[in-house]
Amino acid sequence: MKIFAFLIVLLTGGLLIYGGEDMPGWGDPNSPASLHVTPRYIEKTVEETATPNMVTSVLADYRGYDTLGETTVIFTAGVACLLLLRRENP
Amino acid sequence: MITQYENVIIKTICRIMIPFLQIFALYVIMHGHYSPGGGFQGGVILGASFILLVIAYGMEEARRRISLKTLMIYASVGLIIYSGIGIVCLLMGGNYLDYGKLPLPISSTPAVRAMGILGIEIGVGIGVMAIMISIFLMIASYEAGGKDD
Repeated sequence: MKIFAFLIVLLTGGLLIYGGEDMPGWGDPNSPASLHVTPRYIEKTVEETATPNMVTSVLADYRGYDTLGETTVIFTAGVACLLLLRRENP
Repeated sequence: MITQYENVIIKTICRIMIPFLQIFALYVIMHGHYSPGGGFQGGVILGASFILLVIAYGMEEARRRISLKTLMIYASVGLIIYSGIGIVCLLMGGNYLDYGKLPLPISSTPAVRAMGILGIEIGVGIGVMAIMISIFLMIASYEAGGKDD
């Protein structure tokens, strides 16, 4: 059984490495991710949001809706823990 | 059940460290515009300071200071601050979470956007802090009921 599990792990790892061959190079300026919205964030973030830290402006302003979802996920995790673990007299 | 340490070194060091940890957490939240950090990180540091207090001083002290009910109210308030800022933007004629429309007495729109980002970071910080502490308290006091199977 352990051999079987090991083979599955090897197979999955091999497939992931094979699939990773086609990924664009690290920091490649011509990769699709660097061509679409990234240049606009880099050029306009101080002009539009007066925030030198680009990560913060993307996280909280350009992608604010996504961060609202993340906060909701954390809140949901807390409520789920409350439902599962709470005792009558916590 | 975490009980109080009798070691005076641990208790003294924690008593000295916790205020500085909390000030550092507030700094991380407020300085998120200029340095790495923000609501999530600062909230986690705030939660860690309280968890340190629980580890050093025990669960009884923690319960004396804050209850689960209060913590869940804090978590909800954090989320309400975030979505409330979005709704205020909506009411002022912008899109949801379009901070440029916030009714603040600042003339330039980018500065208003920066204030909006700060507001939601504060909301995220309060929510994350409350959830971190409450999850820790619930897991740490789980055996106290004596009903685990």
